Amino acid sequence: MEYFFQQLINGVTLGSIYGLIAIGYTMVFGIIGMVNFAHGDVFMLSTFIALIFLMVLTQVLGIGSLAIALFIVLILAMLLTSLWAWAIERLAYRPLRGSFRLAPLISAIGMSIFLSNLVQVTQGPRYKPAPAILGDVITFGDGSGYGVTISHKQLLIVAVTAVLLAGFWYLVQNTTIGRAQRACEQDRRMAALLGVDVDKTIALTFVLGAALAAVAGLLFMIYYGVVHFNDGFVPGVKAFTAAVLGGIGSLPGAVLGGLLIGLIETMWSAYFSIDYKDVATFSILAITLVFLPSGLLGKPEVEKV
Amino acid sequence: MAAAERPPVARPLAAAIRDAAGTGLLALGLSVPILALRLDQNINNEPYLRPRWDYVAIAVGLAFAARLAYLLIWPRLPSRTATTKRQPAGPAAASTRLAQALAVGGLILLVLYPLLALALTGRAGAIKWIDNFGIQIMIYVMLGWGLNIVVGLAGLLDLGYAAFYAVGAYSTALLVHNFGFGFWICLPLAGIFAALWGIMLGFPVLRLRGDYLAIVTLAFGEIIRLVLINWVPVTNGYAGISGIPRPTFFGLPFNDSEQGFAAFFGLEFTPLHRTIFLFYVILALALLTNWVTLRLRRLPVGRAWEALREDEIACRSLGINTTNTKLTAFALGAGFGGFAGSFFAARQGFISPESFTFMESAVVVAIVVLGGMGSQLGVAIAAVAMIGGTEILRELDWLKQVFGRDFEPTQYRMLLFGLAMVVVMIWKPRGLISTRQPSIFLRERRAIHAGLVKEGRG
Repeated sequence: MEYFFQQLINGVTLGSIYGLIAIGYTMVFGIIGMVNFAHGDVFMLSTFIALIFLMVLTQVLGIGSLAIALFIVLILAMLLTSLWAWAIERLAYRPLRGSFRLAPLISAIGMSIFLSNLVQVTQGPRYKPAPAILGDVITFGDGSGYGVTISHKQLLIVAVTAVLLAGFWYLVQNTTIGRAQRACEQDRRMAALLGVDVDKTIALTFVLGAALAAVAGLLFMIYYGVVHFNDGFVPGVKAFTAAVLGGIGSLPGAVLGGLLIGLIETMWSAYFSIDYKDVATFSILAITLVFLPSGLLGKPEVEKV
Repeated sequence: MAAAERPPVARPLAAAIRDAAGTGLLALGLSVPILALRLDQNINNEPYLRPRWDYVAIAVGLAFAARLAYLLIWPRLPSRTATTKRQPAGPAAASTRLAQALAVGGLILLVLYPLLALALTGRAGAIKWIDNFGIQIMIYVMLGWGLNIVVGLAGLLDLGYAAFYAVGAYSTALLVHNFGFGFWICLPLAGIFAALWGIMLGFPVLRLRGDYLAIVTLAFGEIIRLVLINWVPVTNGYAGISGIPRPTFFGLPFNDSEQGFAAFFGLEFTPLHRTIFLFYVILALALLTNWVTLRLRRLPVGRAWEALREDEIACRSLGINTTNTKLTAFALGAGFGGFAGSFFAARQGFISPESFTFMESAVVVAIVVLGGMGSQLGVAIAAVAMIGGTEILRELDWLKQVFGRDFEPTQYRMLLFGLAMVVVMIWKPRGLISTRQPSIFLRERRAIHAGLVKEGRG
């Protein structure tokens, strides 16, 4: 039983990270109907940005307080990752609006290849170790047998995810920006007629998605303690699976899907086979798309002629 | 900022400089920290940051100069859109003839290529030129042509093409080891297996819309690779399978024995014979792919593919069975991928899952996209440029003297491919050689009865 609860905690932690990335996929898909293939690599870029700033703050500038350092790293990583996402949208996607069907997707694949190789070329192909922080654990249980442990890292990840999602939900539901975003999602032409700057809103969607991916990047870097240029690919596909499972276009769906994928992956590794854990997630992607294309919380897609 | 939108008039210098400075600032924001500080480890394995501000300065300078040039010089160039007239519908005579001449010339060059290499570089150099350049490029030409059926003609973006390549290669290796078949029996079987896999994987997912399909094929590609890695009793995992026999010449092996090719024809034994033979095998396979594709394009199924690429809803309303049409394209493309994989296994003599990663699929997709979706010539040229270009980069030692000793030109390969895909999509979305040549024409206007016009036949 302890083993199960331990896996549950690990799964929720992993699922939080997937959920944060999945929001970027689902929002962009909701507003322009495009799979932003480069989103996983934007996430990977943010893990590098976070690690570099953490090193600068702790080693070069010598900031003693870890909490302050992490907070500054979080803000900087969100800002710079958003800048990347804005530039990518402006250069690689915006000129393609109204081009033929597959053009934005191919451009996004090109961008994804470009980003991962840019990081490989500039940072080198090796795994980069991050300083071990927040390693302490809290143990539950009576001391006999396993006991269930929660590390401070895991608490931080779940807490940060919950706080940010609440803030993000408020932003989308209750502010002018969020209203414009939802209006564009429903009907882009009508929104434009009513005075919403559609280009700006789409750019903002990319920026928001990237900011959340940057949070996920920082948490991922802390959780695994290592970053690699190829880390955008598999987490990216898994987060996309989460978005599809939850119902693409739906924000609560993305979070739900993220948690489910995190749990399924952890449970699969714990009880079946760790070698085939990626096969399990990729199969879920195919199965969901074939049998439940609108996902758990999504609206069924109506094809307009 | 993007190349597609052209600034209408040349701006005054001051405004242009201000604008370019903004771009430079953006480049600064993007290159800090990823370019400026490199994560490294010192001798004690302690991580530290190595500053490289000179790289940032170069990146910012380039961005500034490029934007300034775009704002100041680009509008002053004579406009191209005003001078070129729209091509009339119908077969464009001049460009078709040029393409035909190029194709025939290229074919003659390909057939003579091994002899040319032999004459120009001698025996020692020829193996490298025929093997590294000739055979390597021809494999990718064949893969590109195979994928072109799926992506270029039917408009289905397949990001897991390497999976079928892997199925072909592993079928060959497993058939050889478990049943003792030779290459020439394995080759057709490998193609059939790959096509069957294409049908099996394609059938449930081909109903999906374009971008979902792309991601699902990517997932399938990864699943197959992961199974190859983890199913150790059968595939031997990461270690791969070795000892795959090379193709024989009508039963004559290319070795130094009494029964060998060289002894039979009374020639002096040299490994060159086998290399040249392999080159002609892959050339024949690639040409077969091309021939089948060109023939099928003229059949109803080929026309249905292209119609499907242009407008799926219209196809459905005209009564085309879209799933079956897609499935034929998918299976055929997979089958040719399987042939290429079988050849690859026999040429290397050794295969491992490393050869069938997502990057392999991405390279083939890039070849098709850059060359021009649906254009056979374009795909061939793109394969030559991209694969040959990579091999040439490997050869350029003087670059190391310019950029320092640890400069490895080939690692920039995928970086450039990715960038090229983005640029081509913006600049020429149909690919560099974009011929969407209709395979059927309305040759002349005919005067018809007014009643028929009402029925929509006008």
